[in-house]
Amino acid sequence: MNASIRWIGYQTIVRKELTRILRIWGQTIVPPAITMSLYFIIFGELIGRRIGDMGGFTYMEYIVPGLVIMSVITNSYGNMVSSFFGAKFGKHIEELLISPLPNWVILGGYVTGALCRGLMVGAVVLLISLLFTHLQVSHLLVTLSVLLLTAIVFSLAGMINAIFARKFDDIAIIPTFVLTPLTYLGGVFYSIKLLPEFWQNVSVFNPILYMVNGFRYGILGVSDVSLAQTYGVIITAAALLSCWCLWLLHRGTGLRT
Amino acid sequence: MLARVHRQLVFELRYDTHPPRKPNPRPMYALEVTDLRKTYRNGVEALKGISLQVKEGDFFALLGPNGAGKSTLIGIVSSLVNATSGETLVFGTSVQRERSRAMTCIGLVPQELNFNQFEKPFEIVSNQAGFYGIPRRIARERTEKYLRQLQLWDKAFTISRALSGGMKRRLMIARAMVNEPRLLILDEPTAGVDIEIRRSMWDFIRQINDAGTTVILTTHYLEEAEQLCRNIAIIDRGRIIENTNMKSLLATLDVETFVLDLREPVSQSPQVDGMHIVLRDSKTLEVSLPKKKSLNLLFSELASRDINVISMRNKANRLEELFLGLVEKNNGSATAQQQVSV
Repeated sequence: MNASIRWIGYQTIVRKELTRILRIWGQTIVPPAITMSLYFIIFGELIGRRIGDMGGFTYMEYIVPGLVIMSVITNSYGNMVSSFFGAKFGKHIEELLISPLPNWVILGGYVTGALCRGLMVGAVVLLISLLFTHLQVSHLLVTLSVLLLTAIVFSLAGMINAIFARKFDDIAIIPTFVLTPLTYLGGVFYSIKLLPEFWQNVSVFNPILYMVNGFRYGILGVSDVSLAQTYGVIITAAALLSCWCLWLLHRGTGLRT
Repeated sequence: MLARVHRQLVFELRYDTHPPRKPNPRPMYALEVTDLRKTYRNGVEALKGISLQVKEGDFFALLGPNGAGKSTLIGIVSSLVNATSGETLVFGTSVQRERSRAMTCIGLVPQELNFNQFEKPFEIVSNQAGFYGIPRRIARERTEKYLRQLQLWDKAFTISRALSGGMKRRLMIARAMVNEPRLLILDEPTAGVDIEIRRSMWDFIRQINDAGTTVILTTHYLEEAEQLCRNIAIIDRGRIIENTNMKSLLATLDVETFVLDLREPVSQSPQVDGMHIVLRDSKTLEVSLPKKKSLNLLFSELASRDINVISMRNKANRLEELFLGLVEKNNGSATAQQQVSV
């Protein structure tokens, strides 16, 4: 099979995903924009004024990177899990399974689709934040790379969830009971330096902490963790999850009987 | 630019034109299955060592009662089911070892609807072309061509959920054809389709086969198999119980049963030497006619008794009679084997 066939196959999956995201924009783009606007108003404006500065920035400025990365995490994960599980549940994943496309192209196509949704929502949230505060990007390369890698990590995690899920309840469990607590405890709204030492030590086991702080470093130039730790955690997670996904697709777990 | 033109030409050659194939000294099988076994995780042994060959260009019927293993076999050939052991070759390429290459040759129309019902037929078919690496322009042309051929073009941009059952089945055929496969597998393609559309689908599939595509058909309409297919395999309880050509199989039918409608009522069934005649009601006779006896003999015997026949029909489809006989025989031997093993 030549590279052009794989490239066309990849483009088709991505186009299909983008069409889906834009067709149901009322479910994919609007809700996170409304939720994040409420966060900005309630936490940033109303409560934030009483909290005062954090890390040398106003509270509103401090939480913007966290809220952007939170949107990227939930939307890239949510897109992958709902789209892939939907295809599995509706059996139209068979269109891809009987095609000559290798598993890594299928994975790449779906990851790119989820990445696009994450980035679209992230961009919308960032634009909304500009209504409330003024932001300057300190390290553009760090900002973009952390954003991309984070979206990749969570779309891969979403794929694993979708592969193992057997019913719609199964795709809600991880976001509700794992993803949301880890995101809220990952330093979106606070610096872990404010926590007692014990909880600071616990927090370092939360991978989302590194993503939030990496992105915050890119925008504001401040972070609770080092940049090396951030990239180490994200790249390792992306590599491990990619291998896991490919292995599951190769075995046909949950897809081929 | 040059590279792009070259790429385009390569695709045109691959997908738009079919250069004559070199003669192969060895007969090329579209499908060659050897000792194929499948045991599901729940312990169900769906296939118990099946071996089967389908020649290139054939129109092949794969028949069997529900749960016989037909869909499992098709699933393995199309790589949706992992075989426990055995080998599957599609045009000489192993599905197990070179899946991607083998899949370029196959088009599948599954038993269950398996397209996204929120998408439009045009999207569904053209996307499928994309999954086979067919460039967008060619994909669009082919999508239009097959949607028109299957009388779906006026619904091309309607949400597919709104299509009728027959249209959905035809949509799956258009989708399976878009990569112009060398082997088309149809798993009960006409289930739930009215007779008019069913016949137009037969015509379409016949044309596809005449153009050189090998077709494997599973169906519960045995009339369909008898009319369309040249070769046949009957599968039951995970084993092939018959694999022959349709004419030879039909020739094994010793007795055919006809139903005769009479002009005037009769009080008792006429007795004719060598034929079994039953009076179903005063104006209907059921005649079991051995193959060696001619219909002329029957009619002359009835005429000599002043019995006028106004119409005649087969009691059951010929293939249906054979099929039921073979499956019953296999059930009998399976039960006997079980009793011996107990």
